[in-house]
Amino acid sequence: MAGHAEDTDIIVARNVNKWYGEFHALKNVSLTVKRREVVVIIGPSGSGKSTFIRTINRLEEHQSGEIIVDGIPLTHDVRNIEAIRMETGMVFQQFNLFPHLTVMQNITLAPIHVRKMKKKDAEERAMQLLERVGIPEQAHKYPGQLSGGQQQRVAIARALAMQPKIMLFDEPTSALDPEMIREVLEVMEELAESGMTMVVVTHEMGFAKGVADRIVFMDGGEIVEIGAPDHFFTNPQHDRTKLFLQQILK
Amino acid sequence: MATDIRPTNWVNTNHPAPAQKPPASEVGVVGWLRTNLFSGVGNTILTLATLVALYFVVNGLVQWTLNAFWQPIWDNRKLFAVGPFPAAQMWQPAVVLLMVSVLFGLSAGRWGSIMRNLGIGLAALLLFLAIIPIGMQAQQVMAASLGLLLLGYVVGLRFAFASKWLSLAWFLSLPLTFVLLMGGVNLPGLGIRWQFAPMVDTNLWGGLMVTMLLAVVGIALSFPIGVLLALGRRSKLPVVKYFCIGYIELIRGVPLITLLFMGMTMLPLFLPSNWGNPSQLVRAMTAITMFSAAYLAENVRGGLQAIPKGQYEAADALGLSGFNSLRFIILPQALTKVIPAIVGQFIGLFKDTSLVSLVGLLELVAVGKAVIQQPEWLGVPGGVAKEVYVFVAIVFFIFSYGMSFASRRLESKLGFGKR
Repeated sequence: MAGHAEDTDIIVARNVNKWYGEFHALKNVSLTVKRREVVVIIGPSGSGKSTFIRTINRLEEHQSGEIIVDGIPLTHDVRNIEAIRMETGMVFQQFNLFPHLTVMQNITLAPIHVRKMKKKDAEERAMQLLERVGIPEQAHKYPGQLSGGQQQRVAIARALAMQPKIMLFDEPTSALDPEMIREVLEVMEELAESGMTMVVVTHEMGFAKGVADRIVFMDGGEIVEIGAPDHFFTNPQHDRTKLFLQQILK
Repeated sequence: MATDIRPTNWVNTNHPAPAQKPPASEVGVVGWLRTNLFSGVGNTILTLATLVALYFVVNGLVQWTLNAFWQPIWDNRKLFAVGPFPAAQMWQPAVVLLMVSVLFGLSAGRWGSIMRNLGIGLAALLLFLAIIPIGMQAQQVMAASLGLLLLGYVVGLRFAFASKWLSLAWFLSLPLTFVLLMGGVNLPGLGIRWQFAPMVDTNLWGGLMVTMLLAVVGIALSFPIGVLLALGRRSKLPVVKYFCIGYIELIRGVPLITLLFMGMTMLPLFLPSNWGNPSQLVRAMTAITMFSAAYLAENVRGGLQAIPKGQYEAADALGLSGFNSLRFIILPQALTKVIPAIVGQFIGLFKDTSLVSLVGLLELVAVGKAVIQQPEWLGVPGGVAKEVYVFVAIVFFIFSYGMSFASRRLESKLGFGKR
């Protein structure tokens, strides 16, 4: 059964360490994410949660420990890195849409040039995704003409267009006006229901409670506590977790 | 309506209010004059002084223009156009003009925007030259070029042929121009010698034709080299990085005229001995290209630095290769940001080509100098230098301003929907 258990683990991180100069940003972080699981990472700013999620697709390089994504070890080998990036979609706090390309071009660029899809097929698929995130009518506008919430939904569609097995969300609602947070969270909820494996760094406790299978609490570059939402919010074990929850749920 | 100006609890029951028109401007012409030119004693004095100065300048200019002696320019129009190019072989530059006209027409129709502006400019110029009596044959060539330009425009509009063929045609047009003007190919290093007409030595090329060739070759070659240098300067490989920095700083630390002289004397040292002596024109082109590439690299670097880190990360996260990320994401944005600087630099390059008159090439300014020295005009009181230099300046201005105008259109087009 051990071999089978390995199979269901899509992200395996063991003793991951990272330093920025002298600063120890990630301390022996170990986490395993199963297929179709939604893991939400919370914690105070500077706790290393964004850094950790960004090591998974090598936007940040870890200096020791190992990361295996869908059976592919994350090494310096460019082929491995590219293979992992093809399987992981990422959504950023600042959207990072390409401002010189239309929404349609933003979404179809990688499928055409990385997955070698035909332009027509890629555009058909892009329209389906835009309908899924609720903005098919914006296909031929530029990102600068959209609201923040619409831009973030395009960013989600862009990541999904690569047909990833895993979606990484790095504070996807932190740069949004309060009125627009809901529309992005709804898309993410729908995505979670569809069975997508998701790792989400967020401050949205409502989303964490409602959607997450497990909550990971980080502080000072370490994982402090992991728990299922009902257990985590009602019965936190570590003092730091209790303090953090007190501060935000007050 | 709330009358209390400090309410604690208040609801605007009129929300949402309809939008109103902005207040109309009350100032007329007189009001504008009063507020802008005569708003005080000091301003009134300044305005009057400016008017007096303006009167002297304009009056002097008009008087001079009316009495100026334009005969030398008219008589030497062929020299200004192509220099001492053999009269019997003038069909060769004519074919080049026809070819370029077709390409501009096709590009204007197919691509629109900046190419349409440049095409309109060229069409106006060709029309002007076809109407004024510069000579029957020359006028026919101009009219034919204009016709081909318009034909190309219609074809470009009607038929959606692949852009890459047009790009390829432009790419090939440059070497083809050289072959056409030379009357054949002569590359001793490769053992190639073929000709369809008596070979015309590049020292017999001159005038606006050489100015244009220097500028176009300089721009076309320095652009890719400059972009590569800019990218190389950011490379993680120390050898590449320091080579690029060294090149850029070395070239930027030297005046163009020095490079031109070095090109004239030292270029053969860097070439295989059996390549023979490159012509003066090629040496000048090499120096100008090297010079321009270093400055271009610095401009492009500025654009690269202005791209937020998130753009690189988004491209990486999507799995785009480094090359594709540069090609589709980074360079288009970086180059768009530096268009004004690059166009400014190209205009500078266009004008800097006049320096090659100092190393013995007969470009526009050198032709002007030669015309001033012609014995026919020795009897003209005051000489003809003023007329000649004013004419040369006007020619430079027309093309420089054309580039500047076209680039502004390009900026506004590319800037669309950016913010």
